[in-house]
Parts: sequence; C-alpha cells; structure tokens
Amino acid sequence: MKNQVCNIVFGGIGGQGILKASEICGWAAMYDGRHVRKSEVHGMAQRGGSVESHLRFGRTVYSPLVGLGEADFLLCFHEEEHPRLKPFLKKGGMDLMEYLPKAREIIENPKALNTAMVGVLASYLSICEEAWMQSLETVFPGKILDLNKAIFIKARSLRDGA
Amino acid sequence: MAKKTTDKAFLSGNEALAYGAWEAGLKVACAYPGTPSTEILENLSKFKEIDTQWSVNEKVAYEVAFAASVGGVRSLFACKHVGLNVAMDPLMTSSYTGVNGGFVVVVCDDPGMHSSQNEQDTRWVGIYSKMPILEPASPAEAKFFVGEAFTISERFDTPVILRMTTRISHSKEDVELKTRVEAPPKPLEKDIRKYVMVPGNARIRHEVVEKRLVKLKAFAEKTKLNKVEVGSKSLGFVTSSVSYSYLKEQYPEASYLKLGFTYPFCDDKIRQFSKSIRKCIVVEELDPFLEEHMKTLGVKFTAKDPSFRLGELLPDYMKAIVEGQIKKVKPVKSRPPRMCPGCPHWITFSVLKKLGFFVAGDIGCYTLGALPPTSALHSCVCMGAGVTFNEGLRRAHPEDKIVGVVGDSTFVHSGITGLVNAAYNKAKGVIFILDNRTTAMTGGQNHPATGLTIRDEPTKELDLKKLCEACGADYVDQIDPTGNLKEYETLVAERIAADALSVIISKHPCKLIKRNI
Repeated sequence: MKNQVCNIVFGGIGGQGILKASEICGWAAMYDGRHVRKSEVHGMAQRGGSVESHLRFGRTVYSPLVGLGEADFLLCFHEEEHPRLKPFLKKGGMDLMEYLPKAREIIENPKALNTAMVGVLASYLSICEEAWMQSLETVFPGKILDLNKAIFIKARSLRDGA
Repeated sequence: MAKKTTDKAFLSGNEALAYGAWEAGLKVACAYPGTPSTEILENLSKFKEIDTQWSVNEKVAYEVAFAASVGGVRSLFACKHVGLNVAMDPLMTSSYTGVNGGFVVVVCDDPGMHSSQNEQDTRWVGIYSKMPILEPASPAEAKFFVGEAFTISERFDTPVILRMTTRISHSKEDVELKTRVEAPPKPLEKDIRKYVMVPGNARIRHEVVEKRLVKLKAFAEKTKLNKVEVGSKSLGFVTSSVSYSYLKEQYPEASYLKLGFTYPFCDDKIRQFSKSIRKCIVVEELDPFLEEHMKTLGVKFTAKDPSFRLGELLPDYMKAIVEGQIKKVKPVKSRPPRMCPGCPHWITFSVLKKLGFFVAGDIGCYTLGALPPTSALHSCVCMGAGVTFNEGLRRAHPEDKIVGVVGDSTFVHSGITGLVNAAYNKAKGVIFILDNRTTAMTGGQNHPATGLTIRDEPTKELDLKKLCEACGADYVDQIDPTGNLKEYETLVAERIAADALSVIISKHPCKLIKRNI
C-alpha cells in the first residue's frame, strides 16, 4: 500500500482557536489509527501575531511541517492571513476559505469558529465517526463538550449546501 | 497533560518528554519559564510523584535539581538555550563531580528565534563542558531519549544534556504511554573527594572527566541512538534532530547516519558511513557543529552553504542544501505581535515616550514596547539588564534622560542584584518594575512575588516594595497606573527630577491571567 499522507495547514491570528482546531484533528487521526505529526509555534502567538499550525497524518509521517505547494487542505480563519498561507496549497488542494462566512453563521459564540471549521473539514476526511467523537471528548472539558459536538455535526453538513 | 483514554496520546515534544521522565522514575524537577521549554515543567507538575518547582532563575533551578541528584534521586533541569547561560556556573563544575541519581539537563534551542534574543547552538556546550548530548528528532523520540539519558547519566556518572529545538518541543505526535518505574533513592553519602571541588579534588576529577569522555566515545560508536539506515549507495546523509525528518520525507531512498547521541562524536561510525556512500552530505540546523568536526576526520563530504546557518532549516530548503545552493528566502509578510489591548504596560510606555527618555529594557512582554507604534524601549539584551543598563548608560552619560524597566518575574530572576549594585555604587535614576503579577510572556507562570507555587498552592509571598527598600533604593513607590494617569505622571515626573535611586512598582495584573490578585 502506498504511504498516503494527508497535509493540512491551519492559520489565522492569535486568539482564534487555531491550535485547538488542529488539536481536534490530530487526536481524531490518532484515534483512527494513523501516525500523526503536527507543528506550530507558540510564544508570541498569544500577543495577536500570526498563527500557523501544520498537521500531517498517514501510515508513516516524518516531517512535522507541510512544504509549500503540498497542502491538501487549507483552513484559514482570517481573511488578512489568507494571501500568506495560500502558497501552501497544492494544485487541486481544497481551500476551505469559502466556508468561513457559512461557519460564522451557524455559531453564536465566535470562539466556536474553530470547531465549526473542523466540522467542515471532517466532511472531506476519511476519519471514522467514533474517532472524531473520542477526539472532541478528549479536547473539550465537560461543560462545553455537548455544544461543540452539536456545532461539529451541524458544520459537517455545510458541505452539501456548498 | 492529555487525557488518558488509551495507551496512546497525541503529545507535544515537551509533554512527551515530561511523560517519559515520569515513566523513568523522575523525582525532582526545576526550571524557570522560557519559550520553548516552559511546558516541560508545567506538565511535570501534574504528576504527584514528582517534586516540581518554578525556581527563581536557571542557576538556582540547576543547583536545586542537581543537588537532588547528588542526594541520590533522578532529577531534571529544563531551560531554553539562553537560560542555560544563567546556569553555566553550576553546570561546568557538575561535569567534574558527576552525579548520584541520574541527572538530565534539558535545553530547548530556538532556531529561527521565534521567541528569543539570540540563536545560540547548545551543542557546543557538550564540547565545552565535556558532557554527552542527546538530540531527539521527534516527540516520540524525546519521550524515549529522556529515559535513555537517565540511564547514561547513571552509567557514566555524568549529567546528560538533552537538546531539543522549538520544532521538537512544540510539534506533536502520537506516542505510546507506559507505566512508571521508580528506583528506591540512594542513601546520602559524604564523599568529600567527589563533591567538594577544591583544587586538590578537582584536579583528580578532571582526570576522571577525561577518562569518562573516552568511555562515552566508545559508547557513541555502539549505541543504537546513532542509527545507520542503509539505502542508496549514491546518496547519504549525516544528520540529526528535525533535519532528519525533513530529509527522510524528501529522500526516502537515501542512506542515513542519524545521530541521536551527538556528542562525543562517533568518529568510526562517521568514517565508515561516509566511505560507503558516493555523495555524503551533512545536514544540521544552525552552526556547523558536525561539519567542523568531520573536517578533522579527513572524510569526504559536503555541507550546507553558510547562508543556511542563519535561522531554522525548513523542509523547503532541503533541495537547495543537497544541491549546494545558497539560501534564498522569499519575504513573507506575517503579522507582528504586540502588547495586548488593555495591557497595563501601554500606560508606562506612553508616559515615558512623552518625556522622551532612553528606556533600558528587559526580557518580557514589555520588550514589545520597542515595536511601532510605541517604539519606546531602546535596549534589550538579557534578563535583568533593564536595571544594570540604567546604571551603565548613566555612567557614560550622567546628564542624559535614562530610565530602566523590568518585569516582576524578571526582577526576581536577575534584577535584584543589579539594584543592590546600583545602590552600593551610588547610581541614580528610576527603575520601573512593571508588575503584572505573573510571568506573562511565557503564558502566565507563578513566581515568588505572586505568592503561589507551580501548583497554584499558596506560599510565602515576596514583598517587592520591602525588598527594593532593603536593596538600598531611596524611594520605592507602588502605584496602579490604570485609571490613575494624572497621579502616575506626577509621581514619575517627581522621581525623575530627584537626584536619587528610585523604584516605581507599576502594579496591575495581566489581562490574560485567570486569577486577579
């Protein structure tokens, strides 16, 4: 079997929950039995700077970073950051930017944008339902778990309406 | 720490390292926060079996952790690369005394300076201190290597440096979780010849250290931490750390000598490997550490163009390195960080900017005061220099408008001695302690003046005002600058006009910390 690796780039600005979004996908891929590598830079991000997170999963993954022109998916949470991140996308890769306004529509709290965008992404990935749910349970503490599950499920159906 | 639902978890390099150290029976761990190393102690503190602390600074952290090792338990010190500079005094001599329980020195380098003031390469410390260096290439390896490091430390009677980088510390991987294996602590032994480094004993220990290096070199030749992966005979790489991962991805057919035990060098293995390959290339991040050594071995190889010594090595550079090209960087516009909206530091900087002062700065969030539009901080070198630069600059220009700023955590780390020095040597001026009640830049860790431990337990609270008075400051004022601008400006003007050494503690909690004291 060919070692197919899925490359995803997440980006935006500090405070948008970008790292959490890639975290959800990372745990889900792991629960689905894949080898996962993820990379990001903390530190200054909390001070409103650019935030970028790379996620790669497959049978065997070495590099924790996605090269330019290699991303299968781009999830950008901020319009201004989009031009900077676009070069990561490979030819024929999916830019989920168009879902940003739709994802904003289905949430009440802007903090949940990350879960909504991950929901959209999930509709394109071959990660099993159980792994997604297990991941959400790992990443979100008790009180906000149900809300995030609901947003995730709702956002997943946005694809059909696209 | 991640929730344990299976025997696997998706952990960062720092989390994985903490987990691995716990599994290896770690008992005592100390650090001062510093990106990208901070999460190691944060995660260790979640294990009840481990005695953890935020120490006052890296020198103190190193000494407390090292002494626990001398006391007979496994211990660990963690810091960022520049933090190691602060701990170099105990480090250099701990190499002579050796250990009792295993002692691991975790150092996180920051190639690319994502959040640092320089780009120093810690691998040189191996040569300088004659201590072994381990370099994991992934979070899973970090977890495995820390256990190996404890074993090597005890077997060879030496502290072991575990060198991480931002890309290993802050990247994540699925790792397997195991149970903890704890060794009973060894008794406290009085061994004067081993632990009292007066010249007579140290001369004997130096000989022990040199002999130890020979043994470690023999170990480097045999250990599986230095791994040969036989592939193509036409292309092979000598590499370590994250560079290995990038290369492996792009040149899966090539041969590899992947170094996990980087120092002492495994000369025979390197010679053998380079002989077996038609085109041998050394790929390493930052300094030409392997490269310089391999030149002395007389083996045939090529290395990256010197332009790649600057900054982080990225996957997109691998092809250019292999082809011997120079580094070409396309400028990318990325959003710069800045002080948060509502940050109390804004007020101090706006007051100082209006007055047109040279502001000697320090390491922390307030360093961002140097960036536009504020542009009101004019020097930043190292921890504590906000205090000492005020003095030194005034010695050069006694009549100029100069003040110093330093954060609360940074003042406790390295500012106190500078203030004592200023008072003792009759220096004048105003030192602002920008007291936001936390170590903010690294994500909000406690320190002595918060009155809380690493586990948020109440403890003795350091009184900064009394401390500054005791150091010899003529005036010490404590004021909340928010909603109090007139009074703040008046106070600043008054203290600046006085021919005295003053401290103004500008106290208001950081907006990002959960608790407000």
